[in-house]
Amino acid sequence: MADVAHRSPALTQTAAFGFADRFRDKMPATLAVVGLVAGWQFIVWAFSVPTYMAPGPLDVLASFRDDGRTLWSNFWPTFFESVLGFIFGNLVAILLAIWFVHSRTAEKAFYPIAVFINTIPIIAVAPILVLIFGSGYLPKVIIAALICFFPTLVNMVRGLKAVTPATLDLMRVLSASKSEVFWKVRIQSSLPFLFAALKIASTTCVIGAIVAEWIGSNYGLGALIIEATYNFRSPLLYATVFTAALLAVLLFTLVSIAETRLIRWKTSDVH
Amino acid sequence: MGASALARPAAMPAAAGDKANVAVAVRNVDVVFGERDSAVTALSGVSVDIPVGSLVTMLGPSGCGKSTLLRAIADLVPLSAGEITVLGRSPEQARRERNFSFVFQDATLLPWRSAIDNVRLPLEVGGGGSAHAEPAELLELVGLKGREKALPSELSGGMRQRVAIARALVSRPKILLMDEPFGALDEITRDKLNEELLRIWRETGTTIMFVTHSIPEAAFLGQHVLVLASHPGRVKEFVTVDLPAERRLAMRDTLEFVQITAHLRRLLEEC
Ligand SMILES: Nc1ncnc2c1ncn2[C@@H]1O[C@H](COP(=O)(O)OP(=O)(O)OP(=O)(O)O)[C@@H](O)[C@H]1O
Ligand SMILES: [Mg+2]
Repeated sequence: MADVAHRSPALTQTAAFGFADRFRDKMPATLAVVGLVAGWQFIVWAFSVPTYMAPGPLDVLASFRDDGRTLWSNFWPTFFESVLGFIFGNLVAILLAIWFVHSRTAEKAFYPIAVFINTIPIIAVAPILVLIFGSGYLPKVIIAALICFFPTLVNMVRGLKAVTPATLDLMRVLSASKSEVFWKVRIQSSLPFLFAALKIASTTCVIGAIVAEWIGSNYGLGALIIEATYNFRSPLLYATVFTAALLAVLLFTLVSIAETRLIRWKTSDVH
Repeated sequence: MGASALARPAAMPAAAGDKANVAVAVRNVDVVFGERDSAVTALSGVSVDIPVGSLVTMLGPSGCGKSTLLRAIADLVPLSAGEITVLGRSPEQARRERNFSFVFQDATLLPWRSAIDNVRLPLEVGGGGSAHAEPAELLELVGLKGREKALPSELSGGMRQRVAIARALVSRPKILLMDEPFGALDEITRDKLNEELLRIWRETGTTIMFVTHSIPEAAFLGQHVLVLASHPGRVKEFVTVDLPAERRLAMRDTLEFVQITAHLRRLLEEC
């Protein structure tokens, strides 16, 4: 009892320090952002830059207020395209990686094709897909998926193979079957590699969706960017760009939360 | 009293009639790695009988084939010639029946599993084996009570190796094969684990084959010391250690002990 009584004030203290520490930790970043925004406003004001050329932060804020409904209704299509592309692109990459690890022949046959697809600039593929699939959701989802696909494939293959020979010896001594090695060892050890790729994909899938919307769409954040540019509505353009960035940050955060939930152990193997 | 009285060559390998008392019988075993030009003869004409319930340590210059012999017994390395029987069965059959466990130099714990889940692994794969001990009791046996939920990254090197030993014991093996299990540990931890290993050996009656680089460790632990010579790997001598079964660390300062280690050192110098 006495022990507990002695310990609890110490605990509270650590908690308080933790909070102060975290505040001090975030301070430089907060100050830098505030400084940059203030500098931006100052330059726009001091050199009387015309709004259509470069709006100040206050103009952009005003646009968020005035064009909120437009931004909101164009946010959702891009959100769904990004998320669907993320899911399909990564799912195909993961399944393909599993196949590659089980079959050397499959890897030899299809890996070069995957590398080739990766070398085609996504901006060049977008018009082709729009011509084939029209201006609906499908070409956007495919492009978002394509852009996610390759990093995940490469990382997942690497992760599934990142099992030490000693661990394989252990599983052999235990007479473990191939599928037991797969489920008990390979899948688990691939998770850090997979999440490294998923974090990249969570931001690139938004880029894919927006690029696709540039080419053939009259809705979504990509279309709004084009429209705002042609109409010299610069504050709306900037507000749209920030919205797209927020979408990417949202997806990145969701993936990071899933990662900390699923991987409690530490690894030094992922680069 | 001469050293030869204390550390004498054992009688010739047990006669065929004594099969019941032999845990591992190695007969004229050759192991050759690689093909023609690049072929390396790791073992050549190795024959030895490991008595049931004994603790045999293996000593020899680096690269003489100690690990190869142990791995051949564990069905991890194919034989080029000769025969190995484990409790009268082929190594493969013995592996499937969980007659032996292997402890590697690295603990080879699965980093995402807690200590107790690592100990449970042998029960979850390869059919699980017929007999099994209680994982929690085994962790207590190796002195890790209270750390069941700890991840390997939260344990010290010595603790991890204890978990590996508990894991090796969970399927109640009749034979324990250990390849320099304490090689990476400091001397104090090693002494402690050596004493605990002897206690476990006495309590469980398991036959143990233990590879080491350390002459004192080989003499302290072993009822017999199998000394191997290199180029090619072959049996130099099967030495019986005439020390009381009850070993104490202080025993290492006695004249008898020093005479045995001197004899072993001489044998190694001749290798
Ligand atoms: N998988 C392998 N492929 C080719 N050669 C091998 C292989 N494993 C071992 N060897 C060779 O066999 C010989 C014996 O190796 P082994 O690992 O059994 O020696 P060791 O006595 O355990 O050595 P150490 O004390 O350094 O652990 C060495 O010459 C080694 O190069
Ligand atoms: Mg070795």
